[in-house]
Amino acid sequence: MDERDELLELLRENARYSTADLARMTGLSADDVEDAIAELEAEGVIRGYRAIVDWESADREHVTAHVELNVTLDRETSYREIADRLAGFPEVSELRLVSGDYDFSLQVEAETMREVSRFVSDKVAPIPEITQTITHYVMETYKEGGHRFDDGDGDDRLSVTP
Amino acid sequence: MTLEPARHVRAVPPSGIRRFFELAEEMDDVVSLGVGEPDFSAPWAAREAAITSLERGWTSYTANRGMGPLRSAIATDIRRWDLDYDPDEEILVTAGASEAIDLAFRALVDPGDTVAVVQPCYVSYTPGVAFAGGEVLDVPTRSEDGFKLTPEVLRDAGASAADLLVYCFPNNPTGATMDRTELAAVAAFCREHDVGVIADEIYADLTYEGEHTSIASLDGMRERTIVINGFSKAYAMTGMRLGYAVGPAEPIAAMNRIHQYTMLSAPTTAQYAALEALESCRDDVVEMRNQYDRRRKFVLSRFEEMGIDCFEATGAFYLFPECPGSDAGEFAEALLEEVGVAMVPGEAFGIGGDGHLRASYATGLDDLRTAMDRIERFLRTF
Repeated sequence: MDERDELLELLRENARYSTADLARMTGLSADDVEDAIAELEAEGVIRGYRAIVDWESADREHVTAHVELNVTLDRETSYREIADRLAGFPEVSELRLVSGDYDFSLQVEAETMREVSRFVSDKVAPIPEITQTITHYVMETYKEGGHRFDDGDGDDRLSVTP
Repeated sequence: MTLEPARHVRAVPPSGIRRFFELAEEMDDVVSLGVGEPDFSAPWAAREAAITSLERGWTSYTANRGMGPLRSAIATDIRRWDLDYDPDEEILVTAGASEAIDLAFRALVDPGDTVAVVQPCYVSYTPGVAFAGGEVLDVPTRSEDGFKLTPEVLRDAGASAADLLVYCFPNNPTGATMDRTELAAVAAFCREHDVGVIADEIYADLTYEGEHTSIASLDGMRERTIVINGFSKAYAMTGMRLGYAVGPAEPIAAMNRIHQYTMLSAPTTAQYAALEALESCRDDVVEMRNQYDRRRKFVLSRFEEMGIDCFEATGAFYLFPECPGSDAGEFAEALLEEVGVAMVPGEAFGIGGDGHLRASYATGLDDLRTAMDRIERFLRTF
């Protein structure tokens, strides 16, 4: 694995690894690690870093919904243009064009179901090219960003073994 | 007393690790670098194959030597180490590599035979030889050689007179590995002095620099070597208890003779898991190896920063640093009691291990980081 791939893998595992720890694990110098990450960021390979939050543990209301969108295109309008309009809304946390029965897959986040519903009906549905929306509210999250949301199995090994 | 344990059993002391284990178990908030097994669970595909086999009711005995498809899969798998064995005659599936080692001793050792045991080593070789009625010849490797086995070490220990040689590389507890050239020198010694070899290669897949070499793949060694391997370490399947031995037909048949009367067959559920592991879990092995390698580099680098001398071990999931204190046993106990970090004193692994500590990095990076910070704190007051 080359250095950049190795760093990417480590940062995807835990974006909060310190530069010193990344250097220790890869055998690179701290400066090389910093340079490589800066390069990955500048090239747009790394687009950002965020925490994976279990809102239930935070005891906070937080609603996530997946919205399926169907659109009709014409000569003046492309997927890209519709995507740009949708992506501008802060409520939209993820937006993808997908294959299959519908066109866009949208992840909407807000504090209440009412906010999500209102957002979809007031902001998304009225866009002229959008012909259909189907909203799926997330009821329970089991895994996100590679992290399980249960307490895990813990370490059931004996503390000292040969 | 009628049920008095036999003399040869009484003569074998309990494992030196046990006392240390009891100490560690009494304490809260211990970060253990004392664990000799992976912190990963077995790959899901392997576990699911085990579950499926149970759902289908495949809970009978298998053939003594193990299921045919599993032996074939093993035969195919070990070709990457230039090992070519007939699945019908030359492969025996066992309940863990530990059973295979025990069978090898019992099948090959006559009373009074000498078995050269390369040390420091896994704790069961010396007792295993004793249970089989053999005499142990200690062969201590040296820290200045990076705990590698050399013809000089063998000669100095008097191993030319031994009937058998048993070793484990990549090594538990040192993490040392042997490359082709180094093994060739050992192989030449064994051929010259007509010594048979039991090569425990359970950590073969956990080799971080270069490729693992099996001594049985070297000229003139196939006919005098039993290779032991299994699924515990590479596939994180310790509790499944599944290993195997490969070797020439005659000694494997002798081992199977004992196995068929004592074990009958290795656990069936585990055999299904192992078959799936070989067929579809190579990526998991590589991923786990990458993780271990990063941790290895992390701990090596932290030891260096703290001024702890440690040779750059390139196998298994152990580092074997020199103990910063004069007595490794006392140091390990103080480290455990004062900052809650468990490392096993090297002397628990036989001669040549004294003055060292075994640090297992089969533990998540967060725990390793905590352990290193605690050791650093401990050293400042030590």
